[in-house]
Amino acid sequence: MTTRTEMIEARRPPDMRRGAVGWLRANLFNGPLNSVVSVITMVLLAMMLWPMAKWALIDADWLGSTREACTGEGACWVFISARFETIIYGFYPDPERWRVDIVLAMLTLLVAWLAIPRLPAKRWVGAFALVGFPIVAYVLLIGGHFGLEVVPTREWGGLMLTLTVATVGIVGSLPIGVVLALGRRSQMPLVRSLCVVFIEFWRGVPLITVLFMASVMLPLFVPTEVEFDKLLRALIGIMFFWSAYMAEVVRGGLQAIPSGQEEAAKALGLGYWRRMGLIVLPQALKLVIPGIVNTFIALFKDTSLVLIIGLFDLLAIIRAGLTDSNWLGFATEGYVFAALMFWVFCFSMSRYSQYIERRLHTGH
Amino acid sequence: MTANNSASASSADTPMIEVEGLNKWYGDFHVLRDIDLTVARGERIVVCGPSGSGKSTLIRCFNHLESHQQGRITVDGVTMTQDIKRIEQIRRNVGMVFQHFNLFPHLSVLDNCCISQTWVQKKPRAEAEKTAREFLERVQIADQAHKYPGQLSGGQQQRVAIARALCMRPEVMLFDEPTSALDPEMIKEVLDVMVELAQDGMTMLCVTHEMGFAKTVADRVIFMDQGQVIEQAPPQTFFNHPESERTKLFLSQILGH
Ligand SMILES: Nc1ncnc2c1ncn2[C@@H]1O[C@H](COP(=O)(O)OP(=O)(O)OP(=O)(O)O)[C@@H](O)[C@H]1O
Ligand SMILES: [Mg+2]
Repeated sequence: MTTRTEMIEARRPPDMRRGAVGWLRANLFNGPLNSVVSVITMVLLAMMLWPMAKWALIDADWLGSTREACTGEGACWVFISARFETIIYGFYPDPERWRVDIVLAMLTLLVAWLAIPRLPAKRWVGAFALVGFPIVAYVLLIGGHFGLEVVPTREWGGLMLTLTVATVGIVGSLPIGVVLALGRRSQMPLVRSLCVVFIEFWRGVPLITVLFMASVMLPLFVPTEVEFDKLLRALIGIMFFWSAYMAEVVRGGLQAIPSGQEEAAKALGLGYWRRMGLIVLPQALKLVIPGIVNTFIALFKDTSLVLIIGLFDLLAIIRAGLTDSNWLGFATEGYVFAALMFWVFCFSMSRYSQYIERRLHTGH
Repeated sequence: MTANNSASASSADTPMIEVEGLNKWYGDFHVLRDIDLTVARGERIVVCGPSGSGKSTLIRCFNHLESHQQGRITVDGVTMTQDIKRIEQIRRNVGMVFQHFNLFPHLSVLDNCCISQTWVQKKPRAEAEKTAREFLERVQIADQAHKYPGQLSGGQQQRVAIARALCMRPEVMLFDEPTSALDPEMIKEVLDVMVELAQDGMTMLCVTHEMGFAKTVADRVIFMDQGQVIEQAPPQTFFNHPESERTKLFLSQILGH
């Protein structure tokens, strides 16, 4: 038996950084089998990526404005740049496009402001984003007030239409979904059944059907004097459809919160809405951030389904360009570009959600 | 000393809690049977009994975390009904500490203590923080005010939970096995806080198996079994001359080893 007479002083942890070579050795080349697998994988990757890079970047044509600029070896991005404006604005009349610019700039600014934690006055900016901005955007995009020329929504298109549908869908479906999720857990049987019926109805039909119903069937039920804009109908359909999904995601989060949380809040005298708003929802929503963003991403990509009711979103407008007789044969460029645009937005959402999850972690 | 804005006829001689003919069922299971109980102001009561005897259920009826089917509960002169306004009025007067702390993990220790002050009592933030710090000081944890519950030990969390309940300046405190989820070395730090609270004259109802605590601070020990109050007596009598056979058996089981 031994007895320690002096206590051991705390020491600094050993330096475990290894540098690039050390990392390679430890992760890719530790042992013969691992090394062989690593080499084969890298060769395969290179064999696949090289032709792609050659086509998309090295042999590609970037400059020019007509078909003659395409030399035919690699991708011809002139196809995209020549119709870039249409891809962004759709058929929005040329002299009015500054209105779209303002709205897009405001949207970018607001999203950035709300997304970057360091910037102050989140509450006011958030309130403006939810109340002021939609009004401004509506007035600017539709027109008809303050001497602005009316631009009917059938002239909208391209990225601006995609962003309109996605933004309205995202901003609308989350709060509706939260309310539905709370309603589905309500003690009041009537509220609960209403929410269950609503959720199960919208979840049970394909989005395409919803869009068809919105554009074809709704006019049959609604008196013809009430002229309902086609885009507006699609927006409502999309919002309800995704809010049903959102409700189930949020409900999953609500169920994961231990009942002790609500009991403690009750014992402190907090009423139902405060318990939900201050205690349960903040924890539940944080828990289901991955699910919420997953739904947002699915929503964003599925905006392209509006093309089946004759709205020209980003994808549809690129497809329309493929049939231009001056530009036949550039389908690959078109689809690759469309895919890239969608990917950039969806990937940003995904990364941002991971960042927020890390930020909200409070060690439990 | 306490801000008591209830319209009730609360005065020094009405009992703090009055229970008459309380009966409660979970489905067909008769969990509380004909309970009559009066808790005087400033009285310290320890409730004990075997597992499943209905101790938690009983004290959870006092702030309507559980609803009862028969009988009358009056807290600080306000009789419990299904009316949510009344229930919330009672809850403002009753602090509760849970076995598993139930701190809000997404809020800092300070915010845990401020939340009911700002949203229920509508105090300005500065005032709420002042009160919160005062009580965190009393449970000796003021230096952790900006940490999150997940960063504290069990004993520290339970002390925060006590401070959180005290911030509402309740007339009565309910404890539901506050130390039974804690490691032995942390039990003492929580019990010390509770003893101090008892010495300050707080009306307390504690479900606990800490018999040392019962002996030092309790005015009365209540023994429950199968949903009924079997025996109640001052600690001396209760521990030294228990009357019922069940009590004797229970005491031999928990003190025996
Ligand atoms: N929500 C519920 N539904 C049905 N039965 C319940 C419910 N909650 C508790 N019970 C039952 O009621 C009885 C009393 O439970 P209670 O939690 O009050 O016991 P307790 O005396 O606090 O026990 P412990 O010392 O284990 O905490 C138990 O038999 C339990 O199984
Ligand atoms: Mg219990």
